[in-house]
Amino acid sequence: MKTNNVILETATRILLFIILVFAIDIFFAGHYYPGGGFIGGLIFAGALVLLLITYDIKTVAKFLPFNYLVVIAVGLLFAVGTGIGGLLFGKAFLTHWFTYVDFPILGKLSLHTAVLFDIGVVLVVIGTAMAIIQTIGESD
Amino acid sequence: MRNTSRKERLSNVTGIYEFIIGLFIIIGSLLSLIATIGAIRLPDVYTRNHAIAKATTLGVMMILLGALIYFMVFESHFNSRLLLAILFIFMTAPISGHLIGRAAYHSGVKMAESSVTDDLGRDLQKKEKSKSRNL
Repeated sequence: MKTNNVILETATRILLFIILVFAIDIFFAGHYYPGGGFIGGLIFAGALVLLLITYDIKTVAKFLPFNYLVVIAVGLLFAVGTGIGGLLFGKAFLTHWFTYVDFPILGKLSLHTAVLFDIGVVLVVIGTAMAIIQTIGESD
Repeated sequence: MRNTSRKERLSNVTGIYEFIIGLFIIIGSLLSLIATIGAIRLPDVYTRNHAIAKATTLGVMMILLGALIYFMVFESHFNSRLLLAILFIFMTAPISGHLIGRAAYHSGVKMAESSVTDDLGRDLQKKEKSKSRNL
């Protein structure tokens, strides 16, 4: 018998956005507060796992059509690319810079190339977690 | 009252805040304790689920609210993550209780001896009967 899942589905629609916003907040807070790429990526993957629990694996693959192995590869490219950026300017590998930029609405921001490295960490963590879970879930 | 110094009046106010925060945290921990006693003493899955899902939700929410007020008053730092956590627990804990209870019912866990009515079982039987009539 097919059971009626309306309570879980309705809750997921609301909770998903709270979890995703929390993951992004944790990711951007990483330089000054506890958090960063690893835990942000894990929370993001947790939100996608909640989707996988609520709906089935084909529905999630339909509206998130990512090959997670490509996501891992792009993340590693980000990490290596920020390292090579140090080499291009005649410094050591993985040298990072930061600068202060005045944005019209947001005000004074300090932009740091370590964020690009952290984006690589996030992508690798999301890709690894989702690749593991989808591979286990699909095998019958 | 006019002769009291500013420092003394401020300490009175902090006394009130300390009382409110302590009340929230103590009531929250007592509710969690009551939920634990309910989990030990109640007879079957459904009544235990009822005790835990309700009492710990309110208990944890009150403890978090006490922590929120504490950091707001004494550290002058509004922690929006605590507010978000209160909202999140309020939304998720009853749903997890509902899912656990439904999973227990559909895998055939018996109710306690003293229970007198089973409306969900009656409705499921009615649905089965109407389906077999239509076929």
